Amino acid sequence: MEPQEASICLAPPLSAVKPPWYAFVLGLAKVVSLSHERGLFRATRGSRGMLVRYSILPGFGLTLGISMAWLGLIVLVPLAALAIHAGGLGWSGFWAEVSTPRVLSAFRVSCTTALAAALINVVFGLLVAWVLVRYRFPGQRLVDALVDLPFALPTAVAGIALTSLYATNGWIGSILAEWGVKVAFTPLGIVVALTFIGLPFVVRTVEPVLQDLAPEEEEVAMSLGASRWQTFIRVILPALTPALLTGFALAFARGLGEYGSVIFIAGNMPGISEIVPLLIIIKLEQFSYQGATAIGTLMLVLSFILLLVINLLQAWMRGRHHVS
Amino acid sequence: MLAKSTASAYGGRPALQDPAWLRWTLIGTALAFLALFVALPLLTVFIEALHRGFGAYFAALVEPDALSAMWLTLLVAGIAVPLNLVFGILSAWAITKFEFLGKSFLITLIDLPFSVSPVISGMVYVLLFGLHGWFGPWLRAHDLQIVFAVPGLVLATIFVTFPFVARELIPLMQSQGIEEEEAAASLGATGWQIFWRITLPNIRWALLYGVLLCNARAMGEFGAVSVVSGHVRGLTNTMPLHVEILYNEYNFVAAFAVASLLALLALVTLAVKSVVEWRWGEDISGRRDQG
Repeated sequence: MEPQEASICLAPPLSAVKPPWYAFVLGLAKVVSLSHERGLFRATRGSRGMLVRYSILPGFGLTLGISMAWLGLIVLVPLAALAIHAGGLGWSGFWAEVSTPRVLSAFRVSCTTALAAALINVVFGLLVAWVLVRYRFPGQRLVDALVDLPFALPTAVAGIALTSLYATNGWIGSILAEWGVKVAFTPLGIVVALTFIGLPFVVRTVEPVLQDLAPEEEEVAMSLGASRWQTFIRVILPALTPALLTGFALAFARGLGEYGSVIFIAGNMPGISEIVPLLIIIKLEQFSYQGATAIGTLMLVLSFILLLVINLLQAWMRGRHHVS
Repeated sequence: MLAKSTASAYGGRPALQDPAWLRWTLIGTALAFLALFVALPLLTVFIEALHRGFGAYFAALVEPDALSAMWLTLLVAGIAVPLNLVFGILSAWAITKFEFLGKSFLITLIDLPFSVSPVISGMVYVLLFGLHGWFGPWLRAHDLQIVFAVPGLVLATIFVTFPFVARELIPLMQSQGIEEEEAAASLGATGWQIFWRITLPNIRWALLYGVLLCNARAMGEFGAVSVVSGHVRGLTNTMPLHVEILYNEYNFVAAFAVASLLALLALVTLAVKSVVEWRWGEDISGRRDQG
């Protein structure tokens, strides 16, 4: 069914139509002009106690004003719309939408697969970063560029390519099938897709820290009688922990919200291999806007918490970095 | 430069040397992992696209629906990327050239679209402009359509690619400081002259890289666009959505043919990035955070 046609009959009658954004736009204009009169957006003379430190350079009001307006229109107002929609549901309505078995199992699938993929990426991301920083080998520049591919390759392309590789008649899938392992159209397939997506996050976070590690620390450990393995466990790994955790959190956060690369390989069986972003789309297509709003808000809260954790981890990483 | 065999990057430091067998094992494992998860999928795209020969490949590309998907993708990226380019420069100028309260909070807000699931990025516009959304009835009364039409695709793409240019520029411009610009201003240069003659030459490679990344994501975005598109063939289907439709119709050659164009775009982006990093590494060294 065409989505437009279906919804037209559900829309309110035309008499209820009025331009709801007029009040909003007028209010915004009022706030901006008032703030401007009081000098909030202007570079003011003297730095103490002022919102803005005086600068000889021009263009502060203009650039900040346009940036904030654009940010507000494109990002903040739409996200606020989601939050307000969710607020309209009330706690009980919100809970009723979110606590259905299908939603809960979608969250379980998304969280466990993203967690598994992030863990795989921590191990192999560290390995790749180590090899790229510590060793020199033929084709290194190519390998280095390859690491960024998941950033640049459209997710849908990655999705269909991984599916045809890991399907039971694909190159890798057929080998694994002989061992009785089925990857595509199972939760394992989701883990494969999320591992692909998350790899550069770990490598690119660990790489610079590994590069800046003072070689003297390892030499001291060695001269005090530590073996190479002990040095790695006791000296190198603790120094890399903040970076590894940051990379883990970034890969996990990305995996939680990932859609394009997953839906092709997942099989999308409700309760088994259905991820949260797909469930949101299904709810939207069924015009269950309340369900989509509730699930989306929960996802948004989760990603804000992860964003906070990532910011804290990065602050920790920078602190550790300057000390060593 | 390619070395003849593996070696430690810390040649003069014996304590940091790993034995050759360990080096080879680690390199081998890392390469096998990358081959399995990254290189093979990329290769598959081209092999699947070409396995019926070049005739079938090109036939899939010049098919009307494919052409209209390409046109739409170019149109959407052609609107979204310049807008985010301007926004990126303006916000980076305000953030790095001035000191003001709440700066780091503003940077966090600019980064926000990175941590939002693409599906949610699309959904918020449906909630705003869809028929049941806030502006839905008003839009319908005035015969305007945003969601399930091109404006919705553009909006969702702008949202998703919002931080790309700004976050390439901000760390670099922060590390470059404001002394050069201040000197120019004290010699009487106007704001436009300062930007054009001082700032822009300093940031041009980071800017190019940011625009390339922004463009790659804009052309390849799937989740957000999928929500607001409505999937009307030949009208609101961008290339990634066209790939999905073809794939779900088991038209694998055509799906991979269109996908191969997107993969080429990704390869070009990576190649330019590698060249820029290699030749002007220090010029963009302010970046390298977590992508």
